[in-house]
Amino acid sequence: MAAMIASPEQTGIPLLGGPGAVVASLERVNKNYGDVRALKAVNFRVRAGETVALLGPNGAGKTTAIKLLLGLLEPSAGRVQVLGGDPTNPENRMRTGAMLQVARVPETLRVREHLDLFSSYYQNPMPAAAVLAAAGLEKLSNRKFGDLSGGQRQRVLFALAICGNPDLLFLDEPTVGLDVEARRMLWEQIRLLVGRGKTVLLTTHYLQEADALADRVVVINQGAIIAEGTPAQIKAQTAGKRIRCITSLSIETLRRISGVTEVKQDREAVELHTGVAEPVVRELLARDAGLSGLEVTAAGLEEAFLALTQDSSEKGNTPNYE
Amino acid sequence: MSSATMALGGAQIQRSPAHTLTIYLKEAKYEFLKYLRLRMYTISVLSFPIMFYVLFGLVLNANQSIAGTRVPVYLIPSYGTFGVIAASLFATAAGLAADRGLGWLQVKRASPMPPFAYFTAKLFTSVVFSTIVVLSLFALGIAFGGVRMSLAAFVKLLATLVAGSLPFSAMGLALGYFTGPNSAAPTINLIYLPMSFCSGLWVPFMFLPKFVQNIALLLPPYHLSQLALAVVGAGNNESPIRHWEMLAAFTMICLGVARIGFQRDQGKLYG
Repeated sequence: MAAMIASPEQTGIPLLGGPGAVVASLERVNKNYGDVRALKAVNFRVRAGETVALLGPNGAGKTTAIKLLLGLLEPSAGRVQVLGGDPTNPENRMRTGAMLQVARVPETLRVREHLDLFSSYYQNPMPAAAVLAAAGLEKLSNRKFGDLSGGQRQRVLFALAICGNPDLLFLDEPTVGLDVEARRMLWEQIRLLVGRGKTVLLTTHYLQEADALADRVVVINQGAIIAEGTPAQIKAQTAGKRIRCITSLSIETLRRISGVTEVKQDREAVELHTGVAEPVVRELLARDAGLSGLEVTAAGLEEAFLALTQDSSEKGNTPNYE
Repeated sequence: MSSATMALGGAQIQRSPAHTLTIYLKEAKYEFLKYLRLRMYTISVLSFPIMFYVLFGLVLNANQSIAGTRVPVYLIPSYGTFGVIAASLFATAAGLAADRGLGWLQVKRASPMPPFAYFTAKLFTSVVFSTIVVLSLFALGIAFGGVRMSLAAFVKLLATLVAGSLPFSAMGLALGYFTGPNSAAPTINLIYLPMSFCSGLWVPFMFLPKFVQNIALLLPPYHLSQLALAVVGAGNNESPIRHWEMLAAFTMICLGVARIGFQRDQGKLYG
């Protein structure tokens, strides 16, 4: 295990080797497309054996981060490293697999033909049968790509990502456009890979998906990392409570109550968002004896995540990584 | 085989020559299959020159001659050139523009595919389809047009036309880097149809107006068709060296442009 043939001078960060070594990193990376700043001084590391989810809404910079790590884009500033070297290093590409969002794959080739070609690029590819099984494509191997459904196409792209038996996998929105069943199946496959010691970096805009798969979640919005932690920590930060009631207190007064993050008028009632409900409820009842129709519910995960990202764009804060 | 076994290698992939050869062959094979099954490609690339040849060479003017050469013979080099250009441009430019613009090339670039294998496969496909077009014309001419030529002349004509696939594949790569998935095909048509006409591929060169003839001298299809016509003794009696030089220069310019596009893509690109 843990054979390490690497010279430390090649990189400033800890080198590959045992579990926990950094295998992919962005260091103070900026990426601009013309005037658009897609990534702003992003610091971010993936360690061997980890499953990391890069979570953010569309246009947050997730795909840009993945493409930088795959050496498909050059950073405007900062340093990108994969497996201790430059991401364009062909040797690295032998040991990484990538699932990207593709608008069109050659449609007249059959699934097994696509797989045969991609497997040939690698030194030690997985047997075709194993890849087909892992991606749930056994019965579809003779189909032309153009005859597949959206979910089946995603599975082919997943198969191409894993066929080289890579140590490090980059999955850009692997389950986008999949129905619930297909999504769960792909999650299962990703878990199996992780179980075999692979390192996985995936992007998603579903907190639920990050929660289901990742050891660590990195929340990115508008090109900056706004939160990072275990799924439980992220959920604690984001998953608040929603308090609904009919009150004579003004919206302004409600906003000033400590712990309230958002207030909305909803017909005759108001809706308050808060991290912890009890102190706010206590305060409300103390101030308005005539308060009625009190309801406290858990805010939905997605909704809470939205609140977190909106919050960051309003304040423009970019908490530092580590 | 655990992920902890992460050894660093050098900058180059150490593949055996046999492995590298396998990749090139598979890339070429699947590129060819991809186009063979693409009806839009095979029909438009094969049917037009064949249709023209049957109509104008076999049905309408079979008993006439152009500058002392029987029409069914004369039109093999002409429509052969036309077919080779279409086969080469569409196999390279349209595919490359789509692969680039719709994300597929990124998937390939992220893999350890040797980049050159991708281009070699496109060239191979151009050459094979060019050969198919020319052989089809020969077969029709021999079967229905009374075309007879020595084996040496036949081989030389075929080799000349198929070699002509190179400059137009290079042109296709250049176009593929500077057009999008939707604009590639219209752009190809906009360039190669007028270019074919002006080069005397549809109307024999001597019947073209003088000013068009002057333009033709600058167009690569003219030079390829003259090399091919010379094999059947119907050329303009210009130096073949000059024609080859023009085609070589054109190829180099196109490869230069394609290289600029390739390097541009390596850095910044679409999305």
